[in-house]
Amino acid sequence: MSDTVSALLAGVDWAAVAILTPLAGGAAAFVLPDRARAIGVAASVTTAAAAVALVWLIATAGPYDLAVGGWSAPLGIRIAADGLSAVLIGMTNLVGASVAVHAALTGRQTKPVAEAGVAAWGFWPLWLLLLAGLNALYLSADVFNLYVTLEIVGLSAVGLAALSGKAEAFKAAIRYLLVGIIASLVYLLGVTLLFAQYGVLDLAGLRAVLVPAPATQFAMVAMLAALAMKSALFPLHGWLPPAHGNATSPVSALLSALVVKASLYIAVRLWLDLYQPAGLGDDAIATVLGVLGACAVLWGGLQALIAKRLKLVVAYSTVAQIGYLFMCFPLWADGREALAAFVYLAVAHAFAKSALFLACEQVQRTLGDDQVSSLSKPELPGAVKVTFALAAVSLVGLPPSGGFIGKWLLLESTLSHGLTVWTVIVLCGTLLSAAAMARVLARFFAPEGQAAAHPQVVGDAASWRFSLTPLLLAVAAVGIGLLGAWPVELVGIVGTAQ
Amino acid sequence: MSGTWLPLVVLSISLIAAPLIFATAERRVVLRTTINLCAAVLKLGLVGYLAWQVAFEGARYAWRWPMAAGFDLVLQVDPLALLFLSLSAGLWLLTTIYAIGYLEDGPHRSRFFGFFSLCVAATTGIALAGNLFTFLVFYELLTLATYPLVVHRQTPEALRGGRIYLAYTVTGGVLLLVGTVWLGSAAGSLDFVTAGNPALASVDHITLIAIFALLVAGLGVKAALFPAHGWLPQAMVAPAPVSALLHAVAVVKAGAFGIIRVVDEVFGIALTVKLGLALPLAGLAAFTIIYGSLQALRQDDLKRRLAYSTVSQVSYIVLGAALFSPLALIGALMHLVHQGLMKITLFMCAGNIAEAVHLHKVSELDGIGRRLPWTMAAFTIASLAMIGVPPLAGFVSKWYLAAGGIDDQSAWVVLILLASSGLNALYLLPILHRAWFKVPTAATMVAASGRLEIKWTLLAPPLMTAALVIGVGLFANAPFSPLSWARLIATVEIPQFPDGLIR
Amino acid sequence: MTVSLGYALLGAAILALSIYPLVLARDLLRRIVAANAFGTGIFLILVALGFRGEGATPDPTTHGLVLTGIIVAVSATGLALALVARMHAAGARLEDV
Repeated sequence: MSDTVSALLAGVDWAAVAILTPLAGGAAAFVLPDRARAIGVAASVTTAAAAVALVWLIATAGPYDLAVGGWSAPLGIRIAADGLSAVLIGMTNLVGASVAVHAALTGRQTKPVAEAGVAAWGFWPLWLLLLAGLNALYLSADVFNLYVTLEIVGLSAVGLAALSGKAEAFKAAIRYLLVGIIASLVYLLGVTLLFAQYGVLDLAGLRAVLVPAPATQFAMVAMLAALAMKSALFPLHGWLPPAHGNATSPVSALLSALVVKASLYIAVRLWLDLYQPAGLGDDAIATVLGVLGACAVLWGGLQALIAKRLKLVVAYSTVAQIGYLFMCFPLWADGREALAAFVYLAVAHAFAKSALFLACEQVQRTLGDDQVSSLSKPELPGAVKVTFALAAVSLVGLPPSGGFIGKWLLLESTLSHGLTVWTVIVLCGTLLSAAAMARVLARFFAPEGQAAAHPQVVGDAASWRFSLTPLLLAVAAVGIGLLGAWPVELVGIVGTAQ
Repeated sequence: MSGTWLPLVVLSISLIAAPLIFATAERRVVLRTTINLCAAVLKLGLVGYLAWQVAFEGARYAWRWPMAAGFDLVLQVDPLALLFLSLSAGLWLLTTIYAIGYLEDGPHRSRFFGFFSLCVAATTGIALAGNLFTFLVFYELLTLATYPLVVHRQTPEALRGGRIYLAYTVTGGVLLLVGTVWLGSAAGSLDFVTAGNPALASVDHITLIAIFALLVAGLGVKAALFPAHGWLPQAMVAPAPVSALLHAVAVVKAGAFGIIRVVDEVFGIALTVKLGLALPLAGLAAFTIIYGSLQALRQDDLKRRLAYSTVSQVSYIVLGAALFSPLALIGALMHLVHQGLMKITLFMCAGNIAEAVHLHKVSELDGIGRRLPWTMAAFTIASLAMIGVPPLAGFVSKWYLAAGGIDDQSAWVVLILLASSGLNALYLLPILHRAWFKVPTAATMVAASGRLEIKWTLLAPPLMTAALVIGVGLFANAPFSPLSWARLIATVEIPQFPDGLIR
Repeated sequence: MTVSLGYALLGAAILALSIYPLVLARDLLRRIVAANAFGTGIFLILVALGFRGEGATPDPTTHGLVLTGIIVAVSATGLALALVARMHAAGARLEDV
């Protein structure tokens, strides 16, 4: 039995499957709109299985490396994956497949968006394209391919954001698109400068030839700034709350949990595998990123505390959590140990945030609106309250969740580096997010208000469809902390020269 | 070997009971009561078995689970754990009976008892924690599980009390987290080792002092050490069973227990004294003792008076832990149990008064002894014990604390104890006087509804705890008394057990 | 001054000219055009980089990069224009973003 499994694992090129399946599925879903839901779920689940197989393969057999079509760099495209990519691919596909299943389960119950003429099936081709782009991004091994995949991800994300058909959604989407275009162009400028200086695009090749020259430093700053813009780092985060807050719930889940991580991953990859080893890893730049991250933590936390709409609370919480991820940059001054903190925070956030956004859909459905003040109404199902509680546990960083392990590792790193101010900011951020979450959760215990004015739901038989997936995602977010040490070992698998 | 799983089983009993109770429909009273009581009895039985094994067979059980932070989740059964565990398991059973009676026909009972079980699970985890990491995990769980109980009544005052409670305890939790992470990365080990963890010898003193301050600050919030005691009187908006078990026993004792673990099994009392930290801690505890008693004098609301009394009494435990004397430690450990018994009796009686005649202020309680004779008898016993009247519970623990103070060349401790006993008398005796010797008013003579003065579920538990208050004092030298158990613990925590005043 | 340097400088000039309207213009269409100009500037620089001397065939990699870039730019512009059309149909003003 295990022989067949190992043969199967080693024999099939899972990376290619993970990229091609959603592409094919997306095309098929576009061409066959009646079957879009079925194709979408099938493709998502298959891709998730392929991703899991790939992660397993990397965990057991080491980093993955393939020259597409047999043409090696500099002419051909190389795809490669090491421990960091593996963990993030796993996260993307598992969360993505769950959100897809949720969208399939609840699709029929949600009223179709009539006004803008956007059919509800439009979700599926866009989502599958996004998934293909994300998988390709994590598997890319040269700076230009990263640009292309980043663009694919960005464009499909914009399409998804506009899908709800509301006027605010269009405005938020065009703003998101403009920010994305500007950022991508600046990134491309950086790539061009690097290419002009060295004539190499492959990451491994660049690492070998990079020298600390002014043009290279300018390219680095341009690329990092562009990626920070895409990742909604303070103070360039303004596009995120409207975009995530006005999209439909599955889309918000995908955007917050997965899309923002993609550009962050590129920044981390470039920093750790290209600029730092080449001697360009200036402490000043890392500190600037860290300081902006700290501001994001505090600002996002404050805004989450005072937001009136539930979805905006959750969106600002994303801004704060991304701040934590950027605060990891100064900690990598002497090596990659603190990478585990980054990974735990990112993965736990993906699960918890998607759970929250999906649960918001159930809130909207049973209560008629998503004002925080309405949460005390008795119609709110118990499953939603439990989902919120568990997701909040992970976001605030309470044990034994994945968020707790991430915070622990982060604090361990800041304390051992003697960065007292950083430590204090992490603590303040924790208190702020605890306050923001407590404000929401306390509404569940508030004196019961009147019944919902316009309940959207006639019968409650379908309620489990809306509650199941978010609950499972929230439980997973808490359960990640109990997984033991193997995620850290996985992250430690480093490619020869990614 | 079945032994390894036993700590996990003890924890799981209440952990599994919680979702079962949550899932029980509101009206299925019998089913819910059965689950509740079965779990409580099962747990008490298992704890009794473990106590027997640990005391007489010298057994030690430990269960580990690796976590990514570099430390394991460790549950281990040692004598100190069993001291706290038996207190909480025994009182859980009694309080469950009391709560069933108190909340009869109340709303959201499934939610209440579900979170109640979670609280007990968290307290079990705190008791059984084998290292500071595991302690932290369950300490935070306790905060989360107690909040819904504090706001159970869902009135605006309850929500406000809950907000204040959460603000204090989450801040304390965050401080404890930083201290723990720092200690873990500086020393490499967070294990609880009797007489102190040797891994701390490699850390410089300034770091150790800072870490100690953070840990005590974090633990001191729950232990209601001044100035972090503010949440306790506010948390009295909770229903009486919650105030009784959680805020008089579980939550505050968790903080005090944590301080004992940190001072004796992480730092070790010798190192604490060497770092110059023992005296400030003892001083802070002494201040809290007097401050709490003084504040109690000013309260007219009965539960708030008892709350400030708790603030004062829990610091006895901290004081005992901070003195370099095994006698003081014995006193502290005994007081952990005795204070729990005394205070839970007082709170349950206060709850009975509120239930029977709907009175909450001391000034309104004229002649209540005539209406609720048995309840007030229990109240009297507990009050006298708290003041320190021999041969009741409070006397024995105070005696050892005083002896410890003299042993440690800190005679001022004796003065503090005497002053506190005097203050206790000042705020407790008037209640007794009013209850027994004043003429009853119309308000206090509201007739009882049944044959007994109040439902038996509300009457029996305080009577049993009052009996225990007498018992642990009278039979202090019996093999399973808190005193014997405390002696067993102290002899290993502090080396060289000298010949003190009392053996 | 070689031919390629001339083109590279032209590309840089277009790039520089497009930054101001891209970031600061109020009208959406103007910004989209500016974004295209920015991209065109970068592509010009890339093409110029592919020059390998008089008479020699240019470097195909750079041309591949430029083609890919043009495809991306066209897709992004198409999406942007579609969104602008929808916004206009929904009644929102194009200067509000």
